[in-house]
Amino acid sequence: MIKMTKTSSIALAGAMALALTSAVPAMAAGDGPEIAKKKWSFSGPGGHFDKNQLQRGFQVYKEVCSTCHGIKRIAFRNLVQPGGPEFPEDGVRSLAATYKVDELDGNGKVVQRPARLSDRFPSPYKNEAEARSIHNGANPPDLSLIAKARGVDYTGPIWYHPVSMLKDVVTGYQEGGADYIYALMTGYKDNAPAYRRDATGKLTEVAETSIQRGDKTILRCVSVEKVAGKPDNCTAMADGMNYNMAFPGHQIGMAKPISDGQVKYTDGTAATVSNYSADMAAFASWAADPTHDQRKSLGWQVMLYLLVTSILLYVAKKRLWREVH
Amino acid sequence: MDQHESTYKPGSRTAKWWDERLPVMRMMHGQFVDFPTPRNLNYFWTFGGILTFCLAIQLVSGIVLAMHYIPSADLAFDSVERIRRDVNYGWLIRSMHAVGASMFFFAVYVHIFRGLYYGSYKAPREVLWIIGVLIYLVMMATAFLGYTLPWGQMSFWGATVITNFFSAIPLVGSTVVTWLWGGYSVTGTTLNRFYSLHYLLPFVIAGLVVLHIWALHVAGQNNPTGVEIKTKSDSVPMSPFAVMKDLFALGVFAMLFAWFVFYAPDYLGHADNYVEANPLVTPPHIVPEWYFLPFYAILRAVPSKLGGVVLMFAAVAILAFVSWLDTSRVRSTKYRPVYRWFFWLFVITCLALGYLGAKPAEGVYVFWARIFTFYYFAHFLLVMPIVGLIETPKPLPRSITEAVLGKGAGAGSPVAAAASPEKR
Repeated sequence: MIKMTKTSSIALAGAMALALTSAVPAMAAGDGPEIAKKKWSFSGPGGHFDKNQLQRGFQVYKEVCSTCHGIKRIAFRNLVQPGGPEFPEDGVRSLAATYKVDELDGNGKVVQRPARLSDRFPSPYKNEAEARSIHNGANPPDLSLIAKARGVDYTGPIWYHPVSMLKDVVTGYQEGGADYIYALMTGYKDNAPAYRRDATGKLTEVAETSIQRGDKTILRCVSVEKVAGKPDNCTAMADGMNYNMAFPGHQIGMAKPISDGQVKYTDGTAATVSNYSADMAAFASWAADPTHDQRKSLGWQVMLYLLVTSILLYVAKKRLWREVH
Repeated sequence: MDQHESTYKPGSRTAKWWDERLPVMRMMHGQFVDFPTPRNLNYFWTFGGILTFCLAIQLVSGIVLAMHYIPSADLAFDSVERIRRDVNYGWLIRSMHAVGASMFFFAVYVHIFRGLYYGSYKAPREVLWIIGVLIYLVMMATAFLGYTLPWGQMSFWGATVITNFFSAIPLVGSTVVTWLWGGYSVTGTTLNRFYSLHYLLPFVIAGLVVLHIWALHVAGQNNPTGVEIKTKSDSVPMSPFAVMKDLFALGVFAMLFAWFVFYAPDYLGHADNYVEANPLVTPPHIVPEWYFLPFYAILRAVPSKLGGVVLMFAAVAILAFVSWLDTSRVRSTKYRPVYRWFFWLFVITCLALGYLGAKPAEGVYVFWARIFTFYYFAHFLLVMPIVGLIETPKPLPRSITEAVLGKGAGAGSPVAAAASPEKR
């Protein structure tokens, strides 16, 4: 009898644990492109930001991304704080001074003064309307929360989904945003995939290497839909759009932002798009979560405290109940 | 409060003075120190205490968050980011509150399924159970209102979808929705009133919890055998026995809680809620928080809007009637060889509906959502009444003491012989 209770108790506990992990909307939407999980210095419970990587990421942001994207939630002082890029304070002070911020003078007139450590990064635009007029109607998103506002959809088989979710909980997987940013920045292709239509109207993808120059039978399709009783439908890329492997729908307004050698690193890191992308993804992750390192290090202390307390409580409970059972 | 007399003895003259004027210590002593607790409770019975802890965490963290949060369409999102970035330990308080909502629901689901498995809703605990269903309902309302406050995309569109349910009410639907919104769409006005109500409802929950515990202490706790306490040897005093066990379970629960707070704070949320609310951009999938997904699946399984809304509310309301829908003479599913299978089928159904609620409402997902929605209701309306009538339960132990210590232990008790409710 007692054994049976144990089994059903364990089953009920298991079912509850599954209920907690198996119903996560962000992971379950499941229609985005497959994006690989990368190993980051800030992955998992023991992870922390690599300040050199954050410094390189900031360099990429400043020299490339900042032309179009703001980071309005980051103040200059954040660049000095522990757990971040930890630039020397004097350097950041003079960096801030190169930016201008609005201020009211004694006569009520708007004047501009050099930014201070306590100021936040000014937007590259006066307002949203200006941003849209410059970018063909699009508004480049602010990057200070982008790493949390993006994620990776689960694309594997349905039966593995609960296992994958449980794994994400146990490993503390929170780097979906960084993985997405890396995949996006490295996911540009010159063209949409090439297809050739056969006599029945069916579209078949062809390898880039097998295409002859000027081949008129090649179709470039962002997506292909099967239509019952009709030739396959090819959706061509819209004007002014770019093909990207990671972007949902594969058509992105932003042109390929960066190429090999564009940013000169001073610490010997290879100047490749892959490194730029990883460094920028790390920087964006920090910008979205500047207290990350503090959170994870405090976490261990809390967990350890709770573990020891629980063990002591368990021992006390055992001794107490010995006289009852 | 109940038949149980407090054995409180004032230890000092001051205590005696108080005891003659307001015997609150006597009541606390009787209800929470020497209160007789069945000696065979398993760890599923620790979730009542865990839930009280969850409510306390939500209240304390919420009150602190309210000191920094700004309920306005223009500033709400920014104020939450200020809390995360610039308030001392704001990231921790905010994370505890957001994760805490999920932990609260996790614990309440364990608590509810425990009640369903061991028949804790059966006489004389019907009122206790119904108060519990009310707490669950108010919890859902509070969680929904709270989720709109960060004013992210999912906050905004979730609020839009849920409030639109009320437009399905015939004749007055759109008037009701306009009244809820305080305008003709979800705006800052809506946010402001949601904030006010989000602050109010937890205190309603606290009041209901007092009634819930009161009713519990009148009937006494159920236990895994479903056999009531008959003799003194069937129970142990709540303190220190049950209290120490509860504290240990709370420690383990706190570790799970802390794991999410520190290492997966965003796991249970949605990435879209880190995008500020924008009435002009609809997210590709609008999904509620995980704890609402089974009901969301039921809503979308029905082709008519009114039908879906009615069925969704019925899915919660039906819980209030299980005391009368279940015709079984024995409480605990442990002694119900047939019903046990249906119980686990019901658990699977709820998990499956949760999964389907996160999927888009199209194709094969809708088909399965309908199958599981059918079983969800069939479980209450068909399985519970019918299985209770046709099933022959296994023999019950004559007393709790016998169940714990084996046959013969509790046999000396005169009441034990009368207990064979499984025999019709």
